Amino acid sequence: MAAELMAEERAPLLEVRGLSLAFGGVRCLDGLDLTVWEGEVVSVIGPNGAGKTTLFNVITGVYPPEAGEILFEGKSVLGLDPHQIARRGIARTFQTLRLFLNMTVKENVMAAAYGHTRAGVVRSVLRTPGMRREEREIEQLAEERLAFFGDRLVGYRWRQPAYSLSYANRRRLEIARATAAKPRLLLLDEPAAGMNPVETHEMTELIGRLREEGGYTILVIEHDMHVVEGISDRVVALDHGIKIAEGTFGEVATDPRVVEAYLGTSAAERK
Amino acid sequence: MSLSEGPEQPRIGVDEWVASAEERRARSPLARAQDAIERVPAAVKLVALVVPFAVFPLFVDSAYLMQVGIDTLVFVLLALGLNVAVGWVGLLDLGYVAFFGIGAYLYAAVASEYAGRYWDAAIAIPVIAVAVAVSGFLVGLPSRRLVGDYLAIVTLFFLQLWLVVLINASWSRGPNGISDIYPLQFFGRQVTSLDGYFYVALIAFVVIISFLYLLNQSRTGRAWRALREDELAAELMTMPVSRLKLMGFAVGAGIAGVAGAIYAPVQGAVFPANFDLVLLITLYAMVVLGGAGSLVGVTVGAVLINGLLEALNDADNASWIFYGVVAIALIALLRPWWQPIAVLGSTVVFGFAVHEIAEQARPSLVGGATFGDSRIDRLVDSWVLLPQNILTGDGLPTGWLGRLAYIALVASVLGLTLVRSHLWRLVGLVPVLYLAACVWANLLVSQPAVARFVLIGGMLVGLMAYRPEGLFGKQRVEIV
Repeated sequence: MAAELMAEERAPLLEVRGLSLAFGGVRCLDGLDLTVWEGEVVSVIGPNGAGKTTLFNVITGVYPPEAGEILFEGKSVLGLDPHQIARRGIARTFQTLRLFLNMTVKENVMAAAYGHTRAGVVRSVLRTPGMRREEREIEQLAEERLAFFGDRLVGYRWRQPAYSLSYANRRRLEIARATAAKPRLLLLDEPAAGMNPVETHEMTELIGRLREEGGYTILVIEHDMHVVEGISDRVVALDHGIKIAEGTFGEVATDPRVVEAYLGTSAAERK
Repeated sequence: MSLSEGPEQPRIGVDEWVASAEERRARSPLARAQDAIERVPAAVKLVALVVPFAVFPLFVDSAYLMQVGIDTLVFVLLALGLNVAVGWVGLLDLGYVAFFGIGAYLYAAVASEYAGRYWDAAIAIPVIAVAVAVSGFLVGLPSRRLVGDYLAIVTLFFLQLWLVVLINASWSRGPNGISDIYPLQFFGRQVTSLDGYFYVALIAFVVIISFLYLLNQSRTGRAWRALREDELAAELMTMPVSRLKLMGFAVGAGIAGVAGAIYAPVQGAVFPANFDLVLLITLYAMVVLGGAGSLVGVTVGAVLINGLLEALNDADNASWIFYGVVAIALIALLRPWWQPIAVLGSTVVFGFAVHEIAEQARPSLVGGATFGDSRIDRLVDSWVLLPQNILTGDGLPTGWLGRLAYIALVASVLGLTLVRSHLWRLVGLVPVLYLAACVWANLLVSQPAVARFVLIGGMLVGLMAYRPEGLFGKQRVEIV
């Protein structure tokens, strides 16, 4: 396929090799390999407890892996603090929303600009011209990122505290906040969870736009198969921390191991 | 399934009701007033805060009151510094008072006969601020990964360690302290008057509150607020959480150091007992009462608490404050308007009835007089039960009724909180209030040192029950 050939020529953006992690006796990740190429949208699917969110947590540095290697832009990110990994260009959202609830919508987004701004204590207190310019830029960035969602998070919403937002708007705000960190790779953890069909539909379009207009490479965990079908270049299926299938949506969705993981053995046999 | 929404379809999520929230809000005069206050520029607010302080020495000619004014400003500085760790970064720092002590002892080390040095304050104060900030950084270093109770225990340990060292070390002269500290000296000119010290403290206040305001309005302030909300999310959104916490520790400590460097020369002496847990608790009370996180709030909180503590030292003032607070609390908390009036009226009638019965049964029960002798004390003399032996102590031990009533009061207040029905609560309030007045007149008014903490404690408990965010604090939503 042409797209695949093109992808081969580019360097992989994220390369995960032999990643393993266990909590107590439970193997959450077991020798997992995963490659994400620049500009791709890759979906990670799998039944509950398959290790999808753990994978995100290990990539972003929340947990150190027991074995394996994580390369981002060809360089290892193992041993870095999470904020350093985020500054390298990996931003994420959370399955269990983790907004700064008592800050305003706009401040939530502005806070994530910390990594690529400079003004320290002295410059902040002296209000130097450089610091003022930076503040204006942060504010513009936040407004622009929020405007990405049409009229959902604009105008009067900016001054509202994040806790006043609806569930769907909180998910959108999490994405806006993640993009304000200026990442190259976006990790979206169940962006459509808890949304109604129309909103889910919107989210599908939105992830496409994030790639086209934002230029982000996207790794996404999703349970809604319509969304997965609509957005993915490639799909990776996990079960018990092991990659059981990888390929296009059609290939993975019909893979007997995937059907077995989701529905059990007898269903797979009937197929 | 088509991917685009037609314009004629209902636009789910775009809620006209929510969108019109601003217009509806604009119709309420209270909301408009709030917005107007919010729009006032920070510089104007600063002037409004400073002017009452600045004119204070013009109207006051007693040395005692000037001393109270200086102490109040030192408390304000301390509360502002504590607010950085507690209100902004959200760290429960119980070792904070140690930094105040380090600042004061450092000043003694650079400007006292004992040290044999006399640094100019223009050098000493900035150097001490930086040195104490560094010590805050060092204390924070091992505890930066701790949160909540664990951090509180470690920092409390640090405070105790500091006190033990102070009391036992020879360089600090142990419990005797260092008592020959030189006054502040700016560019060779000594500050000699209390007015002078007051204005030095006021300038420090203006500089520090401006510093904190500007810092809070920057990416650092935003990051502090963010990590207070959710540490993990802040870390994953590029904010170096440990470093930011250390910065918060250091900034707060540096401010405490400045307060110490002003406090030591004002007193002319420093003792380990100046930096104990009572001070820590008082500072926390200031921050909590004013509203953690609000600069105006903690300033007002510090002024209120220190002012009250001083005013309550005087039995005459104390009685007025006691009866006033009770009446204001009733009026503020009971709705509609006739309920507080009914309760207060019933209490008065109830009191006279009890007084009359007691007089008929045993005249010695009401033959005494209270220790306080303000107008209001004489007014209640013929209303509360005051046994004759209150001061003389023949027969029963002195103050027996007060002590008995105190226990009964605590028990009945607890009992009252268990009453479900509002009406019965109102009814129960009447004897409880009367009991409180008896406790006050028999026991507390003669012991202002204890009474002031009891009264302030009671006020704090009441305020926290009805306004947990403090006077100027913003209500926080934790789980939604």
